[in-house]
Amino acid sequence: MAEGDAEEREILAFVQALKRLHGYDFSQYAPASFKRRLRALRARCGADSIAGLGRRLEREPAFLRQVLSGLSVPVSEMFRDPWVFQALRRDVLPVLASYPRIHIWQAGCAHGEEVYSLAILLQEEGLYDKSQIFATDFNDVALEEAAEGIYPAASARTYAENYLQAGGRGSLSQYFHARYERIKFEESLKRNITFAGHNLGTDGVFAEVQLILCRNVLIYFNDTLQDRVLRLFRDSLVHKGFLCLGAKETLARTPVERDFECFDAQARIYRRGSA
Amino acid sequence: MELSSGSPGRVVAIAASSGGVAALGEVLRALPADYPWPVIVLLHNSDAYPGSRLDQLLGRACALPVREAEARLPLAAGIVYLAPAGYHLLVEQDLRFALSVDQKVAYVRPSADVLFDSLADACGAAAVGVILTGSNEDGAAGLTAIRARGGLAIVQDPSEAQAPQMPEAALRLASAEVLDLAGIGVRLAALPGAPA
Repeated sequence: MAEGDAEEREILAFVQALKRLHGYDFSQYAPASFKRRLRALRARCGADSIAGLGRRLEREPAFLRQVLSGLSVPVSEMFRDPWVFQALRRDVLPVLASYPRIHIWQAGCAHGEEVYSLAILLQEEGLYDKSQIFATDFNDVALEEAAEGIYPAASARTYAENYLQAGGRGSLSQYFHARYERIKFEESLKRNITFAGHNLGTDGVFAEVQLILCRNVLIYFNDTLQDRVLRLFRDSLVHKGFLCLGAKETLARTPVERDFECFDAQARIYRRGSA
Repeated sequence: MELSSGSPGRVVAIAASSGGVAALGEVLRALPADYPWPVIVLLHNSDAYPGSRLDQLLGRACALPVREAEARLPLAAGIVYLAPAGYHLLVEQDLRFALSVDQKVAYVRPSADVLFDSLADACGAAAVGVILTGSNEDGAAGLTAIRARGGLAIVQDPSEAQAPQMPEAALRLASAEVLDLAGIGVRLAALPGAPA
């Protein structure tokens, strides 16, 4: 137990140092998975303790990049949970089509896999030219990578299968170029995407949107931060706007539960009510 | 540690892979309807059972209600919780569930290493980790973490396991009680009444 308590203290000190030195605040992350990532980072860096990671951060500012990529960005895939993208294509986009301009917020876009999935969806439904996607993350390193749109070629097969299961109208390969061990998505897919820094823990409403995608982000937050973010989403959506969460995330038992109605239970798509 | 019932208790976590559905059924069948602790079941590739949903499959074998574990829900006594497919399942210090989509551990997600590590942190000596049949090495490191915090480790006898690799890997790393499936059921059922 004493050993565990010592580690808890080191984690707390590390989180405080990261906030003090660089302004990144992980204090409201769900502790168990955060601890696991921190331990993995410690092992990967060959540090003897989490306190050792903190000391390195103090004397080596460039270490931040490695810390951030280890701590904040889960790996995703394109068209992950294909049935969700199928539901968006079939049931949500036709509603969005009635707006003269479509504004979409992808919150916590990480490496951007879902942003490009969304752009392809809009393109194939003939809606992309009147759409604007705001892809935000608080992690500048992830945003840079998302804006590049480069992924390992080894993933292409899974992505392509997901794309077809999601109702893709062509072949995913028409949207990227394969080179060496990498695939790079077409520049033109980015034409209506704005990548921007936004911190769900501290920043506020920046646009009024008709659809928010935020999948598998809230599971990493504690209750306080989750509730803050859900209120932010509520306040950013137009009347009857859509919120799409991760397959195991829910508005049930949250403070905004009554502000939304369930639109598609399996795909976890909710719709802003009039409350 | 105290569970929601107010009485001191433990948390049982059982991991299985290939051959796991039948093995889990046999172990869970031994637990009485008034089992006083939460039981967490982690099966690799549980999404490979479409049409015959795992909760119903195990629910028929077992006197306890079987449910999928949900993020943020507190662990309650007398319920069998299934780790959802495609997510790591963790237990927080306040004995609520958490999920993550972090990269696979030991080539799998959900991973027993992830679950057991978190359980060791959250429950210390009150954690009970069980490894059943499986053809990979997931769970061995996690079981070691449970033992390091004074928790109880039980491993299915590799000689009777449909796939012996997972029990063998666990026994290479962690000191554990080795029992056959029937013995594991009996041991888990008797544990609440046993002197601490």
